[in-house]
Amino acid sequence: MADILEVKIKNLSKRFENLVVLDDITLDVKRAENLIVFGQSGTGKSVLLKCIIGLLKPDTGEIYIKDKNVLELGADELNKVRKNIGFLFQSAALYDSMSVRENLEFPLKKILNMPQNEINDKVLHTLELVSLEEAIDKMPSELSGGMRKRIGLARSIITDPQLMLYDEPTTGLDPITSKEISELILNLQKQLKMTSIVVTHDLICADIIADRAIFLREGKIAFEGIIDELTSSNDAFLKNFFSTKLIKE
Amino acid sequence: MNLPQIINRKNLTVKEKFYNFFATISGLTIFNMEFFKQVFIPPYEIGEIKKHMSELGVKTFPIVSITGFIIGLVLSLQSLPVLERFGATDFLPATVALSVVRELGPVITALIFAGRVSSGIGAELGSMRVTEQIDAMEVSGVNPFKYLVVTRVFATTMILPILTVYVIFIALFGGFLAVIISQNMTLEYFKNSVVSAVEFGDFIPGVAKTFVFGYLAGIVGAYKGFTTEGGTEGVGKASTTSVVLASLLILIFDMVLVKITLWLWPTY
Repeated sequence: MADILEVKIKNLSKRFENLVVLDDITLDVKRAENLIVFGQSGTGKSVLLKCIIGLLKPDTGEIYIKDKNVLELGADELNKVRKNIGFLFQSAALYDSMSVRENLEFPLKKILNMPQNEINDKVLHTLELVSLEEAIDKMPSELSGGMRKRIGLARSIITDPQLMLYDEPTTGLDPITSKEISELILNLQKQLKMTSIVVTHDLICADIIADRAIFLREGKIAFEGIIDELTSSNDAFLKNFFSTKLIKE
Repeated sequence: MNLPQIINRKNLTVKEKFYNFFATISGLTIFNMEFFKQVFIPPYEIGEIKKHMSELGVKTFPIVSITGFIIGLVLSLQSLPVLERFGATDFLPATVALSVVRELGPVITALIFAGRVSSGIGAELGSMRVTEQIDAMEVSGVNPFKYLVVTRVFATTMILPILTVYVIFIALFGGFLAVIISQNMTLEYFKNSVVSAVEFGDFIPGVAKTFVFGYLAGIVGAYKGFTTEGGTEGVGKASTTSVVLASLLILIFDMVLVKITLWLWPTY
């Protein structure tokens, strides 16, 4: 387990103009842990992920991945760290102009410089993991929402990342596909022994995946603990949030 | 407010429009500097450059062919009555050739190219930006500027001069057809007149400036696309403003380059 990443976030703050999105967040994610990040829309969950991966620069704070403060790294060093991180975007962000095969080959060719025969094997193996071998020559426009998520997930894990960041992996999917994706994420995490941070509104997804959860409210961590504690909290706001969610689901 | 947010805002006041204008100029300058920084750093993505050159060539080939042919034809038809007034119809091939080689061929091709390619690049990169594909590339450790921008801009810079040379020949052919319709002139005479009128020195500055026009068409489209914000509306805006800005810059740079050419070679 020595090479599995852990994430340490210290006093992280981010604001957009006058809107404080993250306010002095301090958080540790343990090795091979599945952390769920809950919160209302616009409370900075995705911003937190984008700060961790270096897509957004926080105003203050430190983010350590494998004991390196990613905010102090130059572009080349940051790219080296990113090679160990997978990111599943809410929209899956598949490259429209490339087929599924090319989408999966892209990081292997560009980052790992693998020989073509190894790339072919790796692509097939990864598609097997997400049960979509038949989609290999399809274009992203030919895929359903659930298939796009699976392919997006396959592309994210194809470089064997040690840390996976998921931005609302089940949003926009029907409950059955949503459950399948959640179980897939859990299975992959177990097989590949990755650390995972999952931003979601989906209680079922959280219930399947979570080792631990945090709840962001007004830029701060309003709750930290296991899912059962969170859903049975006596806090009026959390009660209201989860009762509404449960009714919906 | 960051640069793309400033540039993409709607309902601007006059003061904000000024601010927007200078924000675009400064943004484009920074973007240009980044291009020249990245273009010399490996990997050079030769395969991508070839692919884009081929795509851009194929995409614009039909429209520049038609445009070039019509320009040559119309120029001949328009010039003929004027030259007849002075009894100088023998100068028609030279008039058409010099106009096409020195100015019309390069500028018209560049404007057509900008209309087709700048908007395409703006829309394509804009769409990739709003659907987080550029972010996905960045988080995977690939430099999206290098992979998406540098390759496209390099391709537009290289392909436009080739298209321009082709358009010049097509325009001359159009000019010849117009002449044989209305005048009793042989291809041999037309060809000899063109060859004796057009010197190598006429050809070089005209074609050389299309490297700059190709660069402008590419960099403006890439800049507008890469800094797109605001969903599909932003993509549409990036596409249309790319064409307007690229066309305007091509005309401004044409003026500057002609002046520089005349300053360097007063006999041009």
